Amino acid sequence: MTSLQVTVLSGRTLRQGVGKEAGKTSDRYRTAVSVCEMHPEDIAALLIKPGDYVRLTTAYGTVVLKSASSNQFPRRGVVYIPYGPYANQLFGPDTDSSGMPTFKGTIATVEPAGPEQFKKIEELFDAEAKI
Amino acid sequence: MTPQNIIIKNGTVFDPVNRIDGEVMDIAVSNGKIVERVNESSAIVIDASGKVVLAGGVDIHSHIAGPKVNMGRILRPEDHYRNLKPKTAVKRSGVGTSCPSTFTTGYDYSEMGYTTVFEPANPPLKMLHVIDELNDTPMLDKACYPLFGNNWHVMEYLKDNRHDELAAYVAWMLKSVKGYAVKLVNPGGVENWKWGGETTPLDEPVKHFDVTPRQIIQGMCNAVKRLNLPHQMHIHANMLGTPGNYETALETLDSVRQIAGANDGKPVIHLTHVQFNIYGGTNWMNLSSGAEHLAKYINNHNHASIDIGQIVFSDTTTMTADGPFEFKLQGMTGARWINGDIEAETGCGIVPIHYKKSNYVHAIMWITGLEASLMIDDPWKVCMTTDHPNGGYFTTYPRVMAWLMSKKARQKLTNKVNKRARSKTALESLDREYTFSEVLISTRAGTARLLGLKNKGHLGVGADADIAIHDLDFRKIDPSTTPRKFRKAMQKAVYTIKDGEIVVKDGEVVKSVPGRIYWADAKVSDDLARTVETDLRQKFQDYYTVQMSNYIIAEKHIVNSTPVRVNAEV
Amino acid sequence: MQTYQDVVCTVCGCLCDDIEVDVDGNKVMKARNACAMGTSKFLSYTHDRIETPMVRKNGSTQPANLDEAVTKVAEMLVNAKYPAIYGLALSSCEAVKVAIELTEEVGGVMDNQSVVCHGPGVLGLHEIGVSTCSLGEIKHRADLIICWGCNPDEAHPRHFERYSYTAKGRWRNGKADRKLVVVDVRQTSTARKADKFVQIDQGKDYELVNALRTALRNEQIQQEKVAGVPVEDIEELAELLRNAEFGVILFGLGVTQTVGKGRNIDGLFSLTRDLNKYTKFQIMPARGHFNVNGVNEVSAWQTGFPYGIDFSHGYPWYNPGETTVTDIVRRGENDAMLVIASDPIAHFPKDLANRIRKSPLAAIDPVHSVTTLVADVVIPSAFAGIECEGIAYRMDGVALPLKKVVEPSQGVLSDEDILKKILGKVRELKGRSG
Repeated sequence: MTSLQVTVLSGRTLRQGVGKEAGKTSDRYRTAVSVCEMHPEDIAALLIKPGDYVRLTTAYGTVVLKSASSNQFPRRGVVYIPYGPYANQLFGPDTDSSGMPTFKGTIATVEPAGPEQFKKIEELFDAEAKI
Repeated sequence: MTPQNIIIKNGTVFDPVNRIDGEVMDIAVSNGKIVERVNESSAIVIDASGKVVLAGGVDIHSHIAGPKVNMGRILRPEDHYRNLKPKTAVKRSGVGTSCPSTFTTGYDYSEMGYTTVFEPANPPLKMLHVIDELNDTPMLDKACYPLFGNNWHVMEYLKDNRHDELAAYVAWMLKSVKGYAVKLVNPGGVENWKWGGETTPLDEPVKHFDVTPRQIIQGMCNAVKRLNLPHQMHIHANMLGTPGNYETALETLDSVRQIAGANDGKPVIHLTHVQFNIYGGTNWMNLSSGAEHLAKYINNHNHASIDIGQIVFSDTTTMTADGPFEFKLQGMTGARWINGDIEAETGCGIVPIHYKKSNYVHAIMWITGLEASLMIDDPWKVCMTTDHPNGGYFTTYPRVMAWLMSKKARQKLTNKVNKRARSKTALESLDREYTFSEVLISTRAGTARLLGLKNKGHLGVGADADIAIHDLDFRKIDPSTTPRKFRKAMQKAVYTIKDGEIVVKDGEVVKSVPGRIYWADAKVSDDLARTVETDLRQKFQDYYTVQMSNYIIAEKHIVNSTPVRVNAEV
Repeated sequence: MQTYQDVVCTVCGCLCDDIEVDVDGNKVMKARNACAMGTSKFLSYTHDRIETPMVRKNGSTQPANLDEAVTKVAEMLVNAKYPAIYGLALSSCEAVKVAIELTEEVGGVMDNQSVVCHGPGVLGLHEIGVSTCSLGEIKHRADLIICWGCNPDEAHPRHFERYSYTAKGRWRNGKADRKLVVVDVRQTSTARKADKFVQIDQGKDYELVNALRTALRNEQIQQEKVAGVPVEDIEELAELLRNAEFGVILFGLGVTQTVGKGRNIDGLFSLTRDLNKYTKFQIMPARGHFNVNGVNEVSAWQTGFPYGIDFSHGYPWYNPGETTVTDIVRRGENDAMLVIASDPIAHFPKDLANRIRKSPLAAIDPVHSVTTLVADVVIPSAFAGIECEGIAYRMDGVALPLKKVVEPSQGVLSDEDILKKILGKVRELKGRSG
């Protein structure tokens, strides 16, 4: 299957900020934090369309997200995921003795994925509690 | 719980206000006050024989709380590692040497026999922060001096010659942000610095405002006097930390001489940490002490008081609202530097410093402070401070007291300082040694009087029962010849009593009390108050980034809020 | 209907204090002047609330009463050798004070969200210091605003209008009198508003900062590009900085969370210091959570240290990278965690989230979060600034009073009061065992 090597950044988006205030269990929040914004040419290179699912895999973990064509013109090979539980499936625990994990700048491979592989937030964690 | 009655028996009492100079007598305490007598059978009896009984220390100028102190704390974790204080059954934990944490500050002062400490430089916009830190500074009565020297409203009222409104604005401000006294720091110079400019001499107009520092000093001095505030205008003069700046200091003092008017004897200006402001010379290579010029002026005039800002050879942190001074200092030393400018009001700078005996400039500074202390005749005009932490930490006060009382102690250190500095000083020719009473005047009786605290600084009936007992027997310890023993005795109180409760015993805090926060509530005419409020409402939104209602501090945020009401003449 | 004036918004570090809140029958109807995030918070604060305390029994969490939950948390803390107490950036300073006392009492470690946001800025500050100011200084004087790795348009939506680019100040009439430069990896919506956008290679901030410092000293840069930016552009930017009358750098997580971390900020602080030789220049972190600055301030004055405070020796101790909660969790050292008004399970890297879950976990929060979803004890709390009062610190250190505009649900307490109950219980338990 086609795959690319990319650098993953996570960060604040207005949608994530609004979704967060609307409640972490809201669909709005889940939708806001489970996207992977990519350069349009990177999406094309994966032979998929914006909105199709992609799997990202790093040395620390893997996660399936909905792809989106970034309107923010990142350089090719840079992908952006809003802060939250999805992005954090991909990052390592090291802080370089600073307290701060590397939330921006982890290397990942990205490849097409099927919608059935997408997990809801509660499925990322095996909790007994209901939301 | 009502504090219990206490009787302190057979102590050697020193109380300069009431002209008691080492008399063996009993002091009775009831309901937080000093009283004539109490029923001995139901009172706690403290045997103070062979010990001195004093009013608790009153510090007129010590940077213990607020945004700049906290920035100092965050800047310098290494400062904290020198002093780590674990939690005890009574005390919260804490750290810090030159910028101690708040609980530690309260405990350390209290264990040294101090009961009142005033924080001398606060940006009004950040006063809620200052108050909140003071709430967390136990053991002490406290108050704040908001900064006015570079305030836009002040400069505009002055430019428009609206002196009544200026006075009413000052009253509004103190009441709104819960300040006690008026502080000026480098008037005009900090506003200039906000464009990268410099501190200015007194007659250079402030950029964009068309008023001079002299006008600000005179206008504010006048306003404070007309408001009948408990403490006179407290000023950190222009050109601080500059060779030859003694002339600016004298000009500053002289600029308000007329304002004292018939009130001769009641000072209208307090020039703070003079040590930093009375240098001779024209550059750092030929820097000299200008203490004799200042002393001559102070000895001949009664409208001014000072505190010293003595330096102590140590690694400490300088911090001041005088942003441009700290910028120059970091340029010279290359040390870490914090700057913090505050909209429409003031600035702030912080630079760590290590005062070294071998350093010519530092030695001159040390000499200058001591010369000023010794050359001014009347101790009621001189407050002993280190401008904590600028000259040294407050915990070094006993060392400074020893220098004042012992020529031997001074000489021992003079022998070790930079030789070129030593060759230029008159210090070695000064034979004066403070008496113990004179030390007490400059550390409590005089400071309390200058602050308008009638119930503090003495042990007369009706005074607050803020009392320090030190293990100092003058039959055994002569401060002049055994200064180290004297110092040790003053470092830790055997007892500290705060508002009639024993809070320190054998140099250790045994009970934590919150202390109170004083602020000035000056009543001006209703018309004037309304005019000023209307002016402020018009401009507030333009000048500030907060709403006026959120700028005003509600009393509920203050632990033991204690307004001091005065009637203004406007 | 009642209208509350001058309400402080409790979303981001801007702490906009001009919100007008209409309340009808204990329900917020409208929040005027607020941005999209602020409006969402004021209008949606009732959504997704935790209804009752929950305690894990036989594997699953069940409703419990408050005393039972408080006792559980107290027992968890007393039985732990090295508990971590974490969060509070979305709470009041009053709660922070109790949390510090509680951590001191149990000899644990207390940390807050700055460890994963602007903590590296503190590391830079230890090295260099910082030249900064209150927001009004920017509003009145700044003719050059640099957004470096921050995106106020999305993260601090009213920053420009109230404090900076488009604000009307004494000497600057909005954006006509100012230039905006954005340095970022992406062309964010903030970048699209900029007069100059410098697109930088990811992870190369430190290189670009130092190239700028080099150019400022008029020294030759021996390369064609640094951090993906042509040297001519760097030299032009250096000129722009030098020629500003009053410049300010606003920086965000784009520089704190990427490679270099504290070193990037150390570089930016040094650049600002260098610039003050030529002109007036300031720098300020664009703080995210509304009171993350307040946690730093209160922690600093009570303990000497702004975050990552270890009380296991009895006194406060601090060394980021060692005493920070992320590192303690990574090494598996803590044996319990109490989270207040934070969601580390969602916002920490997966490995850390999993490690947190290996030991007892309690959460105090008004709303469900990923952390409350997996916690062993959950206690619902009131929203600071909506349902209870308190003090919070704006990103520039201005303290503001939070208002209570509605009553919390019956039995729901503030973080402060819940923590006081826990502290009381801890002391009771320790008294019993000791």
